[in-house]
Amino acid sequence: MATIKDMIPAFDLLQPTSVDSAVALLREHGDNAWVLAGGLDTFDWLKDRVKRPEVVVDIGGIDEIHGIRDAQGGLEIGAMTTLTEVINHQRVRSEYSLLANAADHVATPQIRNQGTLGGNVSQDTRCWYYRSGWPCYRAGGNTCYASAPVAMNREHAIMGTSRCVAVNPSDTAPALIALDAKMVVQSPGRRTVDAEDFFIGPTTDITRMTIMKSGDLLTQIHIPATWANSSFYYEKVRDRGSWDFQLVSVAAAFKMSGSTIEEARIAVNGVAPYPVRLDGVERLVRGKTPDVATQDAAGDLAVARARALARNDYKIPMMRNLVRRAVRSVA
Amino acid sequence: MIELWRRAVDPWGQDVLIGVSWDLIWVAVVLAAVFLVGHAIWHRTRSSGEAAAVPAPVPSGVPARIQRHSLAARLFHWTMAASMLTLLFSAFVPILDLEFAGWLTIHWIAGVVLIATIVYHIIHAIGWQDFWSMMNFGPSFFKEGVATLRHVLSSKAPEPKAGKYPFDHRMYHHTIVVVSLAAIVTGVMMMMRIDTPFFTRDPYFISDQAVGVVFAIHGLAGVSLILLIASHIYFAIRPEKRWITWSMVRGWIDREHYAEHFDPAKWVVTGDREAGGGALADASVSAPLEDD
Repeated sequence: MATIKDMIPAFDLLQPTSVDSAVALLREHGDNAWVLAGGLDTFDWLKDRVKRPEVVVDIGGIDEIHGIRDAQGGLEIGAMTTLTEVINHQRVRSEYSLLANAADHVATPQIRNQGTLGGNVSQDTRCWYYRSGWPCYRAGGNTCYASAPVAMNREHAIMGTSRCVAVNPSDTAPALIALDAKMVVQSPGRRTVDAEDFFIGPTTDITRMTIMKSGDLLTQIHIPATWANSSFYYEKVRDRGSWDFQLVSVAAAFKMSGSTIEEARIAVNGVAPYPVRLDGVERLVRGKTPDVATQDAAGDLAVARARALARNDYKIPMMRNLVRRAVRSVA
Repeated sequence: MIELWRRAVDPWGQDVLIGVSWDLIWVAVVLAAVFLVGHAIWHRTRSSGEAAAVPAPVPSGVPARIQRHSLAARLFHWTMAASMLTLLFSAFVPILDLEFAGWLTIHWIAGVVLIATIVYHIIHAIGWQDFWSMMNFGPSFFKEGVATLRHVLSSKAPEPKAGKYPFDHRMYHHTIVVVSLAAIVTGVMMMMRIDTPFFTRDPYFISDQAVGVVFAIHGLAGVSLILLIASHIYFAIRPEKRWITWSMVRGWIDREHYAEHFDPAKWVVTGDREAGGGALADASVSAPLEDD
């Protein structure tokens, strides 16, 4: 095994105390700047010497993007709010338990104490070919090493691919999509986008997982009141129950009218380069009772366009079953 | 500092080419702008120094409207133009930060349309058009080239009268043939590495090094096309060239332009029968080979 003796390459650490100054710094340094939130994705990159930013902008000192506030009947969660704070927040637990549940499935208690909601949704893919610094499509090259017939692609995508087959690793992302959350991006103007539009696939830009470009800063996440106190379902399948990224996860919110599904929002992650909202399944189950036939039809429709790589065909029945179970949860 | 190439270290520690630097997009844009502005200034200076041209005598028996491009040729040209512009737009707009989902699908579909139009053009040109008038590389081609260059350099040198396809048109055609074929051959190789209905995707049918060369050639052809197409559009909209552009829309030119710019011995017009729309149906008969 190679012994690495050198230090993390030096960078200037900048610690702004307001969103405006952070955005100004990010714009000033452009592609040479790196945003440091909880540091859990950042220090992997820096210690592996794959990313070598000249400037690191630590946004931990910006009070206005910390904490959870009531807003327009829903919640406004600062991007720097830790996952533990999200999990323990009284209204999140009672009205938006889907998000609390998803956040509770992130890694370990120590990581949840340090990791932030903004960081969790903005983190980069865990494809090891990419993170090893190889010149793949996502790294600006012209090859995908993970989709080769002999590649180790057990954890990779079964849908939504275009040259790159990496998956989005966020546990909270599908929950935010199911809750119809809005992401607020400062750059320096303020943009609010739906959570499902915040994540992008390789057909839009193969080098990024979200709409955020250099100079952009995710500041808040709005959870509208629309889906508060709905019937929620979250399940994450992973190799190790104690600490691992998802193989497949599902997050669903249902509004019921008696035994009939009135409205539904369902999203899965771990199956594509972006969290996938299952619009077709939502339309299918709307107005139906969640009986076995509906569950099966929902599961089958969810994987209709799935296509396995050499080593991840297990993900297709896994995703089918998770969607079935999500629908079954309101039976 | 402008870079020409993008390079990376592959998993085996080798320094490999992965494509052209996208700085070259701006080089092409600047070169195109310099050429267009330079030509506009040159033309303005040249026009003010030239005496008013005496209208050329119109050969007897030449009809008022002379067919230059058949409907089939015009359909090819405009379909190819649409696919070329779509290819350039879908290739470079995302690189210039205006992202839209599905640009790659749009790009390869436009590429397939381009290939189809070119196959059609080759068959049509060989079977029904003045193929040898365009592809003639005999002594007269070089003679006309020298005469054209003299005319460009000196206002005293007369514009050489051409066959159906003047020297500058033929040079543009041949250049765009080479550049487009480079883009098409490499583009098809790139298509084999993505999901399309035409191939079973195989991203690994050539080595990393070869993929880099393919990407580099495709990129070079792409940025060259920025320059070529910008200059083509520029000349198409210049006032003194619009009669040619209109001929690609209407199909015909008038006999005054024919008399002024073409040599009746090289582009023989024999028709005497008016077709629908006024253009002569058989006016664009092949010229005799200029070197015959």
